[in-house]
Amino acid sequence: MFPKGTKRKFSDSGDEPAAGGEDVNQPSSVAVRMLSSYSLQRQSLLDMSLIKLQLCHMLVEPNLCRSVLIANTVRQIQEEMTQDGTWQIMTQALSAANAAAQCSADRLVATEVLCRQTEATQGEQVLKPFPAVGSEGCPAEEEVVVEGEGGVTMSTVSPQAPTSYLPGTFGMDPCWEEENGEDEEEDEDSEECGSGSEEGDSDRLVEDSRTAEQVFGTFEIKNPAPSPDPALEELFSDVDASYYDLDTVLTGMQSAPKMGPYDLLESLSSHGPSPLSSSTSCRSDLNELDHIMEIIVGS
Amino acid sequence: MGEDTESSKGNHSFLRDYVTEADVISTVDSTTQENLLATGDKGGRVVVFQRETVSSLLPPTSSHLLSSLLPLPPLLSQPKGELDQVGETGESGEYNVYSTFQSHEPDFDYLKSLEIEEKINKIRWLPQQNAAHFLLSTNDKTIKLWKVSERDKQPEGYNLKDEEGRVKDISTVTSLQVPVLRPTDLMVEVRPRRVFSNGHTYHVNSISVNSDGETYLSADDLRINMWHLGITDRSFNIVDIKPANMEELTEVITAAEFHPHHCHLFVYSSSKGSLRLCDMRASALCDRHTKLFEEPEDPGSRSFFSEIVSSVSDVKFSHNGRYLLTRDYLTAKVWDLHMEKGPVETYQVHDYLRTKLCSLYENDCIFDKFECVWNSSDSVIMTGAYNSFFRMFDRETGRGVTLEAWRETSKPRAVLRTRRIYTGGKRRRGDVGVDSLDFTKKILHMAWHPEENIIAIASTNNLYIFQDRVSPDTQGPDLGSDTI
Repeated sequence: MFPKGTKRKFSDSGDEPAAGGEDVNQPSSVAVRMLSSYSLQRQSLLDMSLIKLQLCHMLVEPNLCRSVLIANTVRQIQEEMTQDGTWQIMTQALSAANAAAQCSADRLVATEVLCRQTEATQGEQVLKPFPAVGSEGCPAEEEVVVEGEGGVTMSTVSPQAPTSYLPGTFGMDPCWEEENGEDEEEDEDSEECGSGSEEGDSDRLVEDSRTAEQVFGTFEIKNPAPSPDPALEELFSDVDASYYDLDTVLTGMQSAPKMGPYDLLESLSSHGPSPLSSSTSCRSDLNELDHIMEIIVGS
Repeated sequence: MGEDTESSKGNHSFLRDYVTEADVISTVDSTTQENLLATGDKGGRVVVFQRETVSSLLPPTSSHLLSSLLPLPPLLSQPKGELDQVGETGESGEYNVYSTFQSHEPDFDYLKSLEIEEKINKIRWLPQQNAAHFLLSTNDKTIKLWKVSERDKQPEGYNLKDEEGRVKDISTVTSLQVPVLRPTDLMVEVRPRRVFSNGHTYHVNSISVNSDGETYLSADDLRINMWHLGITDRSFNIVDIKPANMEELTEVITAAEFHPHHCHLFVYSSSKGSLRLCDMRASALCDRHTKLFEEPEDPGSRSFFSEIVSSVSDVKFSHNGRYLLTRDYLTAKVWDLHMEKGPVETYQVHDYLRTKLCSLYENDCIFDKFECVWNSSDSVIMTGAYNSFFRMFDRETGRGVTLEAWRETSKPRAVLRTRRIYTGGKRRRGDVGVDSLDFTKKILHMAWHPEENIIAIASTNNLYIFQDRVSPDTQGPDLGSDTI
């Protein structure tokens, strides 16, 4: 049921960290393989679902029922992975990778597991080169310009910019990395540690914001969350806050503290390009960066 | 795949090798009287068919024309197996195109920079009250009321206008005449009478006319509105399941229908597989259901696709108003209105797909919305499947039969043969393997005549009409009797 390429890659890599070993007292090879194949299938399902959520026609409003069902499926998988401890493993791998700003071989394995997207899968699924510049259908995006505040200044999104760190929302899904070119992909795996890339433009984030809009955001224009900083609020007064939606919906079970966009900008200004600190806050930081990028590209 | 002209659509649709996207039928509904059938397609057109009730003194040439318009196997088999070929009877009952009109045009939402498709999502006829017929048709956002009427007389002999309608030169008028009505060729006029717009933020998926004959409901993904047929600038919101925080959205409305007799009751189904019966007398906003019909999930069969597969795609009240028929991806269920804890009958439509759900999820087929219908006596239910197959279940015996709506294998006036899917065991000739099913040929839309055993099946851009060969009456056919 799942792509052949995925299987091949899996057998190449080392131990499967997501084998759900905690449940298996004396793992026989068969049991381990069965569990691995289950988590493999689950992973591929997750990838597929996320792609489906992203690939919506922007000409016509996407089918809300379909989007909701896919989002529920994604959430269900995430819940299960959280229970399994798989989620934990991946976020730790991420955070470790990010903190070190380099990748050791061990981490490579972890990211290898995460980086499921292969040429085979790419061939199977028709992924349009996702217009990173949110041009069609979102003409208002380019107008949002972030000035000052920690030197984060960008007014356009370059589609060529590499996705240098794993999207924070799920802690995985390099599927979108293929937009940067297939050659980069294998290398990207090791670079996901995010070497100085926090401020880099990200296709992934643009997609996130577009997805959010596609899935839920286009339907409503919400009032932005109350801001602790009135100055910032002024700055973002006309930003459409609906793009948060997908991120929060799909992360669902994340226990990371939910921070408003204005908080994120403040924290970013103090962080600068330095690597993120601890593993526990790593996920929330990645979320923050997600949010920031969404603000910057203006959804 | 270009736009086709109206003139060519009717005559040549069967000659084309490809399916024009715009021709795909998206809804079917039939009236109670006058035997009218309406179909809507993706291009925003509505085609109305009328059943010939005149006994056939039609010359053979015109019959031939009719069968070239639509594949018209007029013979229906009840779930009893193969039937003998029946000779030409030339009997009446064929459907002809009565009228065609453009109901909706593509539109653009400037606020969101999104197109609004002209595809007709639903058509519903109103109960007939006078010589004209009224139908409601809706696309994603706007509902329209159309009046379909016949005109066979025309006034002639105006004093100030000539025959073409041009104003006459007064000096040429020497005497006065009284205009008279003269019979002309039958003309079918279709006029829009009401446009109900700006009532919905989300996509309208259902409309249902109330038994009071004055109101109707329209349901989108998150809200249900009630309208009065005469008032277009106002509607009442009777159900709103939109969460305050859209991030918390996990359930949408998939279908809604008024009770056939009680004008205060309606039901709506959700993407989580639940049905809610609401009583409008209880409160103005029926967010709290009167009854909740939900089948507890079987923990043993839980998978990642459980929720998607349980999403109800269609809900229909039985004609007697005592039962509900629902369709989810793999089954059709009959519910008793008095029993909320589970369906009273469950029919497996295509259980062999249960192991293929991952592939069907990948190619999006798992999101297909199949409709379901009752027969006139509520003893048989029918729903569609893939590979141009549709299924009929006899509620008394619990048995189901698979039939095919495919032009290549059914000639006009041929008998429908039952089909089988091969799922193991002894394979018979004609059995179709699961892997050879064509998932692009899906039977989503269908209608059953409210009084007779005549069904209309929409398959891509073709409409198939089948009728019971023995007798069109409500009682079950007496198979084995020879001639009609």
